[in-house]
Amino acid sequence: MTTSRRDFLKIMGLAGATGVGTLEVGAASAGQQGPSDHRMGVLVDTTVCIGCRRCEMACKEAHSIDPGPESDYDNRNLFETERRPIPSSLTVVNRYGKEPASHVKMQCMHCDYPACVSACIVGAFSKHENGAVTWDSDKCIGCRYCMIACPFQVPAFEYDKAIHPRITKCDFCIERTATGLKPACVATCPVEALTYGKRIDLARMAQERVESDPDRYSPHIYGLHEVGGTSWMYLASRDLQNLAFPERSDRPAPGASEAVQHGIFKYFIPPLSLYALLGGVMWLGRKESTPGNGGES
Amino acid sequence: MSSAHAPKPITKPFFTPGVIVLCLLCLNGLVFATMRFVFGIGSITHLNDLYPWGIWIGIDVAAGVALAAGGFTMAALVYIFHRDEFHCLMRPALLTAMIGYTFVALGVFFDLGRYYFIYHPIYMWNGNSVLFEVGICVMAYISVLYLEFLPIFTERFKGRVNLPGLLKNLKRPLETVISFLDKIMGKVLFLLLILGVVLSCLHQSSIGTLMMIAGDKVHPLWQSPIAPLMYLLSAFAVGFPMVIMESLTASRSFGLKPEAPVLRKLANYVGPMLAIYLAFKLGDMAIRETWVYLTEFNRHSVMWIVETLIGVVIPIRLFFWKKAMRSNKILFIASMCVIVGVFLNRFNNFVIAYHPPYATESYVPSIGEISVTLGFISLEILIYRLLAKIFPVITQPVKKLSAQTRFAKEGVLL
Repeated sequence: MTTSRRDFLKIMGLAGATGVGTLEVGAASAGQQGPSDHRMGVLVDTTVCIGCRRCEMACKEAHSIDPGPESDYDNRNLFETERRPIPSSLTVVNRYGKEPASHVKMQCMHCDYPACVSACIVGAFSKHENGAVTWDSDKCIGCRYCMIACPFQVPAFEYDKAIHPRITKCDFCIERTATGLKPACVATCPVEALTYGKRIDLARMAQERVESDPDRYSPHIYGLHEVGGTSWMYLASRDLQNLAFPERSDRPAPGASEAVQHGIFKYFIPPLSLYALLGGVMWLGRKESTPGNGGES
Repeated sequence: MSSAHAPKPITKPFFTPGVIVLCLLCLNGLVFATMRFVFGIGSITHLNDLYPWGIWIGIDVAAGVALAAGGFTMAALVYIFHRDEFHCLMRPALLTAMIGYTFVALGVFFDLGRYYFIYHPIYMWNGNSVLFEVGICVMAYISVLYLEFLPIFTERFKGRVNLPGLLKNLKRPLETVISFLDKIMGKVLFLLLILGVVLSCLHQSSIGTLMMIAGDKVHPLWQSPIAPLMYLLSAFAVGFPMVIMESLTASRSFGLKPEAPVLRKLANYVGPMLAIYLAFKLGDMAIRETWVYLTEFNRHSVMWIVETLIGVVIPIRLFFWKKAMRSNKILFIASMCVIVGVFLNRFNNFVIAYHPPYATESYVPSIGEISVTLGFISLEILIYRLLAKIFPVITQPVKKLSAQTRFAKEGVLL
């Protein structure tokens, strides 16, 4: 009795060890594929943006959403509340700070190591060669784990639809860029607050701007290193710092969970050895006990 | 079958005042469930883009899976470690696990925006996704649980198929199928039993990995790199208390004498397992220095202390207190403490600890969400009661007129 109880606890401990003991083994797998060197990005200069919201309008037009009358976009009262991207508006501009106010366009950041791609139960999200992170309606089951995973709380869900609700977010105008066009928001911006280009070039450009005008810009380029880097990067004025964005570490969001996940399933060795172990214990115990006592029926 | 005690169907009437209350709770849940499917999730829940998961995931799924741990822990104890003295508790534990997991799946079904695509993970794989692993493991484990229940099914209907009217012709083929299943199951059951334990260890721990990808969005008191291990340890710890609580409740409800000596023996395991869980919980806290958050007074610190005190510390004291354990009441209270503690741990991790960026107010479950969850729990109890009346699950003293002969007369295939 006593020895078997100790055995029992020992096995319980072993089971746990197989579960988590290999935590570090799979750590490299998170960045295995790595982002492409040719991936594109957008540099947002929030010190230039005037909050005209024409990017919101262009975005709707490019995604077959009714944009409504253009005069609506001149309504400055909207800035009183902070808005988030929603199914009917994949990008939104918010105003932060009082004097002088900064305007910040928000949309999917298109992470280099996207948490949504890692999390999605059916692999409905994909990270493309050009940096875009897109969602596939044919696969999605509407579990909303992507929304739990997203470090920037970007994906939105159509809660009011009983049938075929969608997950919506900026798709980096993947159809436009495939034909050589710029994303709709970038193309329409009247003050060139948005710059579209190779992310590597944009990162250099951002650093040059900060160095050339340290009074105007905060030295922190948001998105350069956050969660392992994002396709969209933000230049901010000194006052704006930490106002518009959540503070995020430089580690890719999916890193830890993927490491644990791949640790548990490393070549299926841990589950199979647990199976063999339990089978062995069962078999050994069977020989000791009187026959015909153990079976169910 | 010659022993004085054997599992057999309960003969008590189905309806009691308590059962009627449960039926009303089910009906109430059904009203909101209908609205959810007609008008969408947004119509009856407080879920939004900031809080995409509420109590349907935090309670129905995360806590539901943990509290169904009685099935695999008992299977491990009885069949793998051959502790035959607990055999009488195996069938109720299996039935609870089977019903519990069915309702976990049902909870997921209600929460999915596109519930009609619930089968997609079977052939659309994402090996990086923790949710994918949990989904596949739970699907597989539900199948295993149903197969494990098959011997009880065949025991009930073997040689007792009795169909009315035209269906009479089906009697012969059905009998053949049942004896065939009975034979097969006798041979492969042990493989399934081990598989069930392995699958349980996998997904019980992986549910702890689920919120890991949310990173800083989950409060550091719960966002631990060893969360999967702690989820597994707490699942081990809560399995037997669930079996004890159910056994005491069932014997009270069905008017039977509780299996007190066996339950007390089972309770011996709980204290050490809780102590191991507590050691990891506190060790994790010491290493990550999360105790600093306990010096603040907010819902996180309060909920963590409640979860740890009621769910772990107090029951450890009670389960190691041999004198107090002699009382069925204290045994019941101690078991309830562990159950509430694990329930709170899952609820805290998925609901209380989750605070998304840009949130201006916190998530509070709606009447609709609570109604559906309560409806699920009520329905689970009702189905347990119903199946305990149909199948030989609960061990009772065998009376003179053997139950077998009676069923040979009345037996019907549902």
